[in-house]
Amino acid sequence: MSELSENPTSFKQRIWQALAPEPLPDDDRGRMRRVMDNLVLHLHPSKVPVQTLKWTYTWGLGGLAGLLVTLLALTGVFLEMNYTPSPLQAYQDILTLRTNTWFGDLLRNIHHWSANLLVLVAILHLLRVFVTGGHRAPRAMNWIVGVLMLLLVLGANFTGYLLPWDQLAYWAITVGTSILSYIPLAGSWLSRLLLGGPEVGAATLLNFYSLHISFIPILIVMLMSLHFWRVRKDGGLTIPKKAGETEEPKIERVTTIPHLVSREAIFAVCWLAILFVWSMLVPAPLEGIANPAVSPNPAKAPWYFMGIQELLLHFHPLIGAVVIPALGLGMLALLPFYDFSMASVGVYFRSKRGQAASMLAAGLSLIIIPVWVVLDEFILDWPAWLPGWPSWISNGLAPLAVIMLGFLILAGAVKRAARLSTEELILFSFVFLLCGLLLLTITGVFFRGPGMQLYWPWNMPNH
Amino acid sequence: MTEKTLSRRDILKTTWAVVGGLALLELGGVTLAYMQPRLAEGDFGSLISAGKIEDFPVGSVTQVPDGRFYLARLADGGFLALYQRCTHLGCNVPWDQSQEQFICPCHSSKFSLEGELLNPPAPRPLDLFLVKIEDGMVKVDTSKPITRTKFDPSQEVYP
Repeated sequence: MSELSENPTSFKQRIWQALAPEPLPDDDRGRMRRVMDNLVLHLHPSKVPVQTLKWTYTWGLGGLAGLLVTLLALTGVFLEMNYTPSPLQAYQDILTLRTNTWFGDLLRNIHHWSANLLVLVAILHLLRVFVTGGHRAPRAMNWIVGVLMLLLVLGANFTGYLLPWDQLAYWAITVGTSILSYIPLAGSWLSRLLLGGPEVGAATLLNFYSLHISFIPILIVMLMSLHFWRVRKDGGLTIPKKAGETEEPKIERVTTIPHLVSREAIFAVCWLAILFVWSMLVPAPLEGIANPAVSPNPAKAPWYFMGIQELLLHFHPLIGAVVIPALGLGMLALLPFYDFSMASVGVYFRSKRGQAASMLAAGLSLIIIPVWVVLDEFILDWPAWLPGWPSWISNGLAPLAVIMLGFLILAGAVKRAARLSTEELILFSFVFLLCGLLLLTITGVFFRGPGMQLYWPWNMPNH
Repeated sequence: MTEKTLSRRDILKTTWAVVGGLALLELGGVTLAYMQPRLAEGDFGSLISAGKIEDFPVGSVTQVPDGRFYLARLADGGFLALYQRCTHLGCNVPWDQSQEQFICPCHSSKFSLEGELLNPPAPRPLDLFLVKIEDGMVKVDTSKPITRTKFDPSQEVYP
């Protein structure tokens, strides 16, 4: 269409000229201008450092999260059209969607798997940013925005979990919201407020539906916008460096069109293809209709809360579900303010020694956490050793204090033996704790059977 | 100007801040009030009639689904209405007749016939509802669960 005349003669041509994009300029200046003049592309700078385009540096995780949010919003709107948030109708609607609606099942599967993938991708994105030092100044504020978005993603997932109104949903939400009631002072009030009554029921379904389709998505979109804007304001991505490289790498910039945009497009198309094929082959789980009279055995929370549920098997709920997660979350959000050395920004795992320390942390975690789970299951019996104490001390603070002391001794020993710097020690602790959470989650999802007893996954009794 | 004086501008600013703060507080209060649970009128929450006294043999446990409780009749003939909701995380605790225990399917807390905690992670015994005996009928007030730290014979209600 480049041969469009100055004065289009036909009606059709005039419409075309008003709406169609001008042909892509083939000089850098023109391409940079195109980025600046386009509403969507303007999220990007007109030029980007060529090093940050390297796929194995960012893994495209932030972009994938953005893609998934878009896909979730789109599929979500269509799912809403076939759904009534009432205990009498909800489950029936899901069945109708699966069997009597064109592409209804596919739509539901895409929504389900994208939502689960989003949790995973958000965590991996956080991990990538942390291990390359992207959380440090001047990006500290954006780190906190990211942590808030992680919470919102979990909230969106959790509220969506109830909507099919099957046994899985009903009991996962019952267990999940009961955790709230252990928050000191305000807990039971808060739980009643969220549930809209003493137990999960019609009011809960309506509350969760409202939060899921409006409040949480609006907050996510607002924070996403802030997040993207801050990336540019903070000077773009961190520049990758090799371990041991002392001088700042020279930054060579290339135009966003085509270098970044084409990579993003290919990446997005590939992921959409994977998601669609996966969703055609693997149906989202759906069990029988919710029955408030019968808890299934075992009753498990959504997989991303199974780490906390595993903690609940070992600690009093005040410690396992409130104190430990709150401590973890606080340490995560405040990370940029005690881990702030700028020298290693851009180096994966800080340094050669940091890389080794991370491997060591993962290995130690892989040994210590399962051993502790098994010990605590069969041998350790804190309430019997500390009779007469309230159980939030005997089965909560006391074992927590012992574990924390043990970890401090371990971390101190590693620090001295390997002569770790402060930032390497923080890295070591972070990797150890994150691997611990991962292992607890795997234990909860795959190794817990009827009565939440430990079983080998290949030996799991069918209940 | 070194001495501290309160200019008209300062007074207006402070007034705006105070009024704005009050308005925000009000808004928060209104939102919370609006979101208070809408109490559903139904079976659960009212006075439930479980049955005649002689329907419940000594040492038996009977589930009353409408009232969300188990009616236990202990060895000495006293009644206890045990809320079926596990005190740990809210699962329904079924009675296991072969082991003569309540065993929670979620986190394997165990409770005795009296609702006494036998195995954590639950932090306290099963909650109770108030049992009333009227004209040979066992009635249970399910409006408010009663929490307790341990079983005590005074919690039983005798016919």
